[in-house]
Amino acid sequence: MTDTELLADRPRPAAGAPLLEVRDLRTTLRTARGPLTAVDGVSFTLARGETLGIVGESGSGKSVLGRTVMGLHRTGPRTEVAGSVRFEGRDVHAMPSSELRSLWGGRIGMVFQDPMTALNPVKKAGRHVEETLREHQSLGRAAAQRRVEELFDLVGIPDPRRRVGQYPHELSGGMRQRVVIAMALANDPALLIADEPTTALDVTVQRQILDLLDRLQAELGMAVILISHNLGVVAGRADRVAVMYAGRLVEHADAVTLFRAPRHRYTAALLEAIPRLEQAPHLRLEAIEGSPPDMVAPPSGCRFAPRCRFAQDDCRESSPALTDPQGGDHAFACHHPVSPTAREGVR
Amino acid sequence: MSELVDLSTPAVDDPGQLPPAPEKAPGRLRGALFTAVGGIGLLAALLALGNRGWVQLLAVVVAAVVLYLGAANLCRLRFGTDFDLMAWLCGAWLVLLVGAAILAPALPLPEHQDLSRAITEPTMARPNLLTDHPLGTNNFGLDLLGRVVYGARASLVVSIGAVLIALVVGGAVGIVAGYFRRVTDVVVGMVTNSLLAVPPLVLLIALATVLEPTLRNIALALSLLALPSMIRMARANTLSFAQREFVVAAKAMGASAPRVMLRELLPNVLLPLASYAMVMISVLIVAEASLSFLGLGIQAPEPSWGNMIAEGQGDEFKEHPHIVLVPGTVLFLTVYSFNLLGERARQRFDARSARM
Amino acid sequence: MSVRKAALRVVEVVVVLLLVSFGTFLLVSLTPGDPAVAILGEGRAPEEYAAVRQQLGLDEPLFSRYVDWLGSALTGDLGTSLVPPYSDVADRIGAALPVSLQLAVMSLVIAVVISIPLAMWSAYRAGGRVDRMISALSFGILSVPSFLAGLLLILVFVNQLGWLPRAEWSRISEGLGPNLYHAILPALAIALMETATFTRILRNDLIGTLQEDFILSARAKGMGAVHVLVSDALRPSSFSLLTMMGISLGRLIGSTVVVEYLFALPGMGTLIIRSADAGDFVMVQGAVLVIAVIYVVVNGLIDLSYGYLDPRIRRAHV
Repeated sequence: MTDTELLADRPRPAAGAPLLEVRDLRTTLRTARGPLTAVDGVSFTLARGETLGIVGESGSGKSVLGRTVMGLHRTGPRTEVAGSVRFEGRDVHAMPSSELRSLWGGRIGMVFQDPMTALNPVKKAGRHVEETLREHQSLGRAAAQRRVEELFDLVGIPDPRRRVGQYPHELSGGMRQRVVIAMALANDPALLIADEPTTALDVTVQRQILDLLDRLQAELGMAVILISHNLGVVAGRADRVAVMYAGRLVEHADAVTLFRAPRHRYTAALLEAIPRLEQAPHLRLEAIEGSPPDMVAPPSGCRFAPRCRFAQDDCRESSPALTDPQGGDHAFACHHPVSPTAREGVR
Repeated sequence: MSELVDLSTPAVDDPGQLPPAPEKAPGRLRGALFTAVGGIGLLAALLALGNRGWVQLLAVVVAAVVLYLGAANLCRLRFGTDFDLMAWLCGAWLVLLVGAAILAPALPLPEHQDLSRAITEPTMARPNLLTDHPLGTNNFGLDLLGRVVYGARASLVVSIGAVLIALVVGGAVGIVAGYFRRVTDVVVGMVTNSLLAVPPLVLLIALATVLEPTLRNIALALSLLALPSMIRMARANTLSFAQREFVVAAKAMGASAPRVMLRELLPNVLLPLASYAMVMISVLIVAEASLSFLGLGIQAPEPSWGNMIAEGQGDEFKEHPHIVLVPGTVLFLTVYSFNLLGERARQRFDARSARM
Repeated sequence: MSVRKAALRVVEVVVVLLLVSFGTFLLVSLTPGDPAVAILGEGRAPEEYAAVRQQLGLDEPLFSRYVDWLGSALTGDLGTSLVPPYSDVADRIGAALPVSLQLAVMSLVIAVVISIPLAMWSAYRAGGRVDRMISALSFGILSVPSFLAGLLLILVFVNQLGWLPRAEWSRISEGLGPNLYHAILPALAIALMETATFTRILRNDLIGTLQEDFILSARAKGMGAVHVLVSDALRPSSFSLLTMMGISLGRLIGSTVVVEYLFALPGMGTLIIRSADAGDFVMVQGAVLVIAVIYVVVNGLIDLSYGYLDPRIRRAHV
């Protein structure tokens, strides 16, 4: 199945008010070297049941973005958050702690990258899920334990009754991640934020987990934000894709369009870098030269300019805004984007 | 509760050393005010409230705390937020103490030991800075300031002597054990474990049963306390250094075992050992004080902080607590200072070592 | 812990105990002066001294004396005291031991119970005002030797306020209430230094644990602060508390000895110190042996329990 066909099979997101509205979000962290703006003015919306893929390399700020959206990064002694995140109409960062706590694990679930460290090594697998069930729904112990077994079954863990009583180190990587997913889904959240859910897993297991997430999303009708550095993870699984670079979104479009006809030079370079079977053998890999900028002191102008083959003076002088010149929903931030009529294999 | 999940700080190596949350720059006014109030209060309390016992004590403590907070504020403003006033104060105290101990015979101190010469002195006089006996006298009329100073001599000589013995002997044994390994190491290990198998104070008491309480014996007994840890430290460091290239190179050039141990290993093992020794001093001071308190260490009327406290702990404790509190405070300040400086030294020079 | 490892540990313990007992025995044979003279007094006929020496077995070679002594010790006979009233050493120790054990256990419990919430509070807002205050206070308290702490407590609670007694004791058999009334102040004196040490160590360990991902995970589930601290952070950190308890055992015993003497309580501390003072080396020998045995055995048990309690280690051997 090609990516396009996979996409066509996806359930359409529900109509109505957006589930999540992020406006001009800016997260600044205080580090030993000075303030670091990891997320620098990010805006997007997410509808109910929609899947948004956020793609970016390490250091792009995508994890910080995910956590700020959730409210895990808040204004405090070491952090400053500006802009707004509205979830189900409420401002996440204006909420008191108690309200936020009912959101976490309740309306929003989070799946973390490394299931080995995300689980408490001296706590049984079932207990992790049982806790969140009893916290958000007033279930008695017996009822909660039954529900845990159901959830284990839902996420595809074989022999759930036995697994519930095991410790994390007794489970395989894939199973641990399923436990983490069960933890995130336990209270039927409206939004699931999956931060690199497959990075720490074997390749074969990766696909299983992504398929699982797909299936669960279809069954439960929740929205998903899928964060990854790996385009392959996002392809075919997301309705819309946003590409992040150096704290900013550089391109944001529906998945098909983005993969077929990227406009931003960075997106294009990312796609070019993927080796293809159809290409002639012994071709050079098209890696992107250079490395991401230091976010304590990012360059003025377009942040990708230092690494872009097509950069010109205006790129270095002024930072392009994320817009769609045709007023549609394919936005990009580039002074000299890829031509709109180009096909795959663009130069 | 976002602080708990504030992920901006990279995982710090030493969790005890989280970077402090940014404080607003301490107000100059507040600092000056505290210092002034504290300073005046302290002087007033020390001088004007003499002989008022508890009131004076409370006033002195409160004033001292206020003075310290203010002074620390001002010093941070003047010398930068890293300035550690407490460490400087502790260092000053130790310098003062050691200085007084060394110069004791030359100081104009009233009689501290010879009872026959103290017959005319008032007994159990309260501390009063304006009199002949600024820290008071004990139940026999012996001056407490003098006794504290001479007690410092005894305590410091014994403890530092013991640490040095343990350093030299323990270091040597540890290096040998770490170098030769196998049988030597096993034997040394067993002996060390046996020494460690008896709780320290109990060991001291057992030794005190059979040995005469001379300064030399006490120092030897205390050194036994520090010996196992010194051996272990030296051995562990030797083991890690012995793998390094400069040692292998020396051996390859035909250096004999003693030469390798002396010229290559010893200089490297010395620094971590010395910083550990600093921490051990305070442990030994407490051990010596405990022993003297029990009457098994330095014998009265020769003063030691421990036996001075013992003198005051009987019936006279109720009416004249100062006999206990004066040496007690000095003991506390000294142990605190050694502990603090030792801790700071370890943080700076030996960050990876056990924090226990 | 595998059977083989456990057996090896037991052998190690036995060897150490043998060495300790021999060391104690050897040490005591260095007593200056003649025990026969100490018992009979000066100015007697030489044959009388010789008779006493023979009675005490002092004319035998050292090693055979040791073996005899060890043999009797293993059957529970630790000899007879050298000073009036010439009581049986094992009996005296048997009477004194429960007092010391009670104090030691009480102080340990007090220390653990107080240090856990203090450490959690400090770690939760590490670097904050409460944390710094608790740190400074802990550091100050652990610089106060236990006998001094005891005296300060006596000053306040016995002399000034008159709430609690000194130099009195009642056994548990005579009623728990009076017993606690007599035990609380000495136990507190011993516990102060331990509490300060435990708080510092646990706080550092908790701060480390709180950086772990599973804590973030738990927070992201919406679990409250107290729950996360108690249920998630405390468990992994409790192992270092256990280690700390093992390490501080030696100091604890020392503190118990001194504080007992200070409060004039009829425990091992007073027994050992009075005997040491009187030169009664038979009593000291027996007491030191008993204390060493308890110390080594408890340490060994703590080591073994480690392997059992930590599920990561336990399951690995299943």
